[in-house]
Amino acid sequence: MESKERKGYVHSLESFGSVDGPGVRYVIFLTGCAMRCQFCHNPDTWDMTTGTPYTAGELLDKACRYRSYWKSKGGITVSGGEPLLQIDFLLELFKEAKERNIHTTLDTSGNPFTTEEPFYSKWLELVKYTDLILLDIKHIDEEQHKILTGQTNQNILEMARQLSDMGKPVWIRHVLVPERNDKDEYLHRLADFIHTLKNVERVEVLPYHTLGVFKWEQLGIDYPLKGIDPPTAERVRNAEEILKLK
Amino acid sequence: MKEFKQWDGFEGRLWKEGVDVRDFIQNNYTPYEGDESFLEGPTEATDKLWGKVQELQKEERKKGGVLDMETEVVSSITAYGPGYISDDLKNLEQVVGLQTDKPLKRAFMPYGGIKMAEQSCTMYGYQPSEKLHEIFTKYHKTHNQAVFDIYTPEMKKMRHNKILTGLPDTYGRGRIVGDYRRVALYGIDYLIEQKQKDFDEIARPGMRSEQFRLREEVAEQIKCLKDMKVMAQSYGFDISEPASNAKEAFQWLYFAYLAAIKTQNGAAMSVGRVSTFLDIYIERDLKSGTLTEKQAQELVDHMTLKFRMVKFARIESYNQLFSGDPVWATLDVAGLGMDGRSQVTKSDYRFLHTLENMGPSPEPNLTVLYSSHLPENFKKYAAHISVATSSIQYENDDVMRPVWGDDYSVCCCVSATETGKEIQFFGARANLAKCLLYAINGGKDEKTKQQVGPAYQPITSEYLDYDEVMEKYDTMMTWLAQTYVETLNMIHYMHDKYYYEASQMALIDTDVRRTFATGIAGFSHVVDSLSAIKYAKVKVVRDEEGMAVDYEVEGDFPRYGNDDERADEIAVWLLKTFMDRLRSCHTYRNSEPTTSILTITSNVVYGKATGALPDGRKAGEPLSPGANPAYGAEQNGLLASLNSVAKLPYEEALDGISNTQTINPGALGHDDGERTQNLVNVLDGYFDQGAHHLNVNVFGKEKLIDAMEHPEKEEYANFTIRVSGYAVKFIDLTREQQMDVISRTCHETM
Repeated sequence: MESKERKGYVHSLESFGSVDGPGVRYVIFLTGCAMRCQFCHNPDTWDMTTGTPYTAGELLDKACRYRSYWKSKGGITVSGGEPLLQIDFLLELFKEAKERNIHTTLDTSGNPFTTEEPFYSKWLELVKYTDLILLDIKHIDEEQHKILTGQTNQNILEMARQLSDMGKPVWIRHVLVPERNDKDEYLHRLADFIHTLKNVERVEVLPYHTLGVFKWEQLGIDYPLKGIDPPTAERVRNAEEILKLK
Repeated sequence: MKEFKQWDGFEGRLWKEGVDVRDFIQNNYTPYEGDESFLEGPTEATDKLWGKVQELQKEERKKGGVLDMETEVVSSITAYGPGYISDDLKNLEQVVGLQTDKPLKRAFMPYGGIKMAEQSCTMYGYQPSEKLHEIFTKYHKTHNQAVFDIYTPEMKKMRHNKILTGLPDTYGRGRIVGDYRRVALYGIDYLIEQKQKDFDEIARPGMRSEQFRLREEVAEQIKCLKDMKVMAQSYGFDISEPASNAKEAFQWLYFAYLAAIKTQNGAAMSVGRVSTFLDIYIERDLKSGTLTEKQAQELVDHMTLKFRMVKFARIESYNQLFSGDPVWATLDVAGLGMDGRSQVTKSDYRFLHTLENMGPSPEPNLTVLYSSHLPENFKKYAAHISVATSSIQYENDDVMRPVWGDDYSVCCCVSATETGKEIQFFGARANLAKCLLYAINGGKDEKTKQQVGPAYQPITSEYLDYDEVMEKYDTMMTWLAQTYVETLNMIHYMHDKYYYEASQMALIDTDVRRTFATGIAGFSHVVDSLSAIKYAKVKVVRDEEGMAVDYEVEGDFPRYGNDDERADEIAVWLLKTFMDRLRSCHTYRNSEPTTSILTITSNVVYGKATGALPDGRKAGEPLSPGANPAYGAEQNGLLASLNSVAKLPYEEALDGISNTQTINPGALGHDDGERTQNLVNVLDGYFDQGAHHLNVNVFGKEKLIDAMEHPEKEEYANFTIRVSGYAVKFIDLTREQQMDVISRTCHETM
């Protein structure tokens, strides 16, 4: 018999995440993403229908097997794909997680964010159950953002501002891609924006890497960043210097 | 009650009434809860001596792995006069003593087997003495010869077909840790007195061969104690009385250990648990103002330097099993006491700190007896050392302490024995993966086609049936356990007779307890194979003679290493069942049977000799080491894998459950502070579940590949990694083993 409980579509589970939020974390990668970032290293998570269905309870039972490693800081992180595409499930998952006293982190690009209903009130509810948000800002420039991801960044920046107003802790993440967003001008503009936010605990520069290229090949899609190498250590340091919190 | 002026300031009573080092420690040590900020860097003398040793090590590598070798002198406690690292640095050595007359020169030790001793010479271009050849073939039997005299044809076949491998019939069994601290605490004369008492007491009306043997053994022990005095004398020290200060305590203890490594080339020659003991002497001297922290660290560094120099002559087949010239000079730090106090002292820090003062090193095999209840500062320091050097291993004190008390030593890679009270008969390992294939093929070896096991009915169906396989496997395991134990009984009988460890046994109670270790290889592959047969469909591929030679798996199945109960319960079943079969066998000298899931680097050699398995592993591929999940099986990351291994009950594998994991630094945290804390969390979480052991490596695959391609680079000269059971310089591994290490899962997230 088909279960009536809501299911989330899961791409994969990682029992040991230590860079996706504070402490040791159980990372749940959900499927589905509307962005088409040229540097995406998980294109195999784009299609939601390829995921394995789990209920919130099932996932949390699995996650709780790792409680002994979490200590005071650790918990779960939901990443993807773009987890906000499954906001109904996510809401259920985080609500139950908080009932079980688990620290919750959401790793999002912010792309599905809109102030329109029914999404907006669900989102407001979700934020209540979210302890930390890892927000990826792919590009500060609207036009360049569209080129890089196929989508606007206006709603993403709006989400960042709203979270700031609410005082919700956020880590900003920025994938540094040579020839795309690694220009001092863009980095300074991004820094200016970040500095308007009052809730940013950390800014992370993630150097673009090519470890996911084979997945594009497996999926039979042309890789748009062919010929672009990962940024040099010097450029990474430069970005960190420009973007660092004051 | 005995009193010595050297004991001034020491508390307690029991340890003065008889040999009881534990009682001395418990009454006198100073637990330390602070951080590492008190530690001192290397002295100029340390830098010079270590510099010299590194030069010699380079020369050794250049010469193909052996710097120098004895061919004329049979090694013994007194075979050589004094030896020093270098004549012009002689006065800088705070702790003196070498195995032979020259640094890194390997001794000639024929008692384990003359053939092997000679082979190890010729292998490196040395000509063994004809006179010694004559003596040890014509006039004196060796252990190896004795064992082969009594082996049954079946045993020889099992050995040849490698369902049993690494048996200590061609080399010293090792794994006996003398309580080397006794010499420092009591001095030799008192120890002789005590042994003499034992010797007299054995003589009672109605004595039998057991007692005759024991009297002979104790007589040998007393002779060794006397020889130790002579040896120390040659360096200008009189060790007949207790050590009077820290420097002497280090020296006396080291002389005792030196006697062991001059007489035995056991696979594992562990140092034991010495840090808390030695700290008592350091504390006393620090308080009286006769020693500074700088000098204290120098003592620790110099003794450790000596442990880094232990060498034995080994043969090719030994090197293949245990690659990289390991000697398992295992030295344990930390742990809790039965009273709940932490046994961490400043000297536990000092020993770990040697890895910073003199850089990473595989020896001594530094082992942290871990508990989540150890002081947070110490846990962080140990984790920091792991992140920086990948040179240490962790064992769960919380599961070992209830079994072995709070004064046990790790006698090899992972096995515990109560110090001074107990020894272990080392038993290598049985290949349970091959045993599964024997079950399918009716006792015939899948590689050699020989009938090795009993000729039970082979399985003839196209697809494997779980119940049928389990029934046949159980029967085959019963046979294997029985003949395995019988083989080991013979080996240990002969080892006692022809290569008795008198110098170590002299520092162990006469009324000694004995465990009888066995071991399991191919563990995870059996689990996954049985899971495949149970949850998927496994089709048998047979050759023209009807032998099963390969398997095709149709469908998915749960694998060990994912915290999946379906696979993990098979793992627990396998361990318990094999252990049960072992328990039902008679074991030599009333020893208690135990087992380990530990392959050391022999997983490569074992794999070569093992055919394809139903889990999809192809013929000849390396088995996964120790209790590690199979390569590629772990689909849910590090902690899921750890959880699976943690389910294996320690009480069923008291000889140890070895697990080796490599974590990419980038996947362990953003910076060293986070990495250290996250590693502590991993260790706490793993060991709080009752897991036994963890080797921790922190580096990326790229570094391994680069080190393999460019071993000449300076940065790789001391690049140390943990492999199943020990630490090794990566560039000293065989190419095959390097490839195996590289191919194993490195935990990293994308």
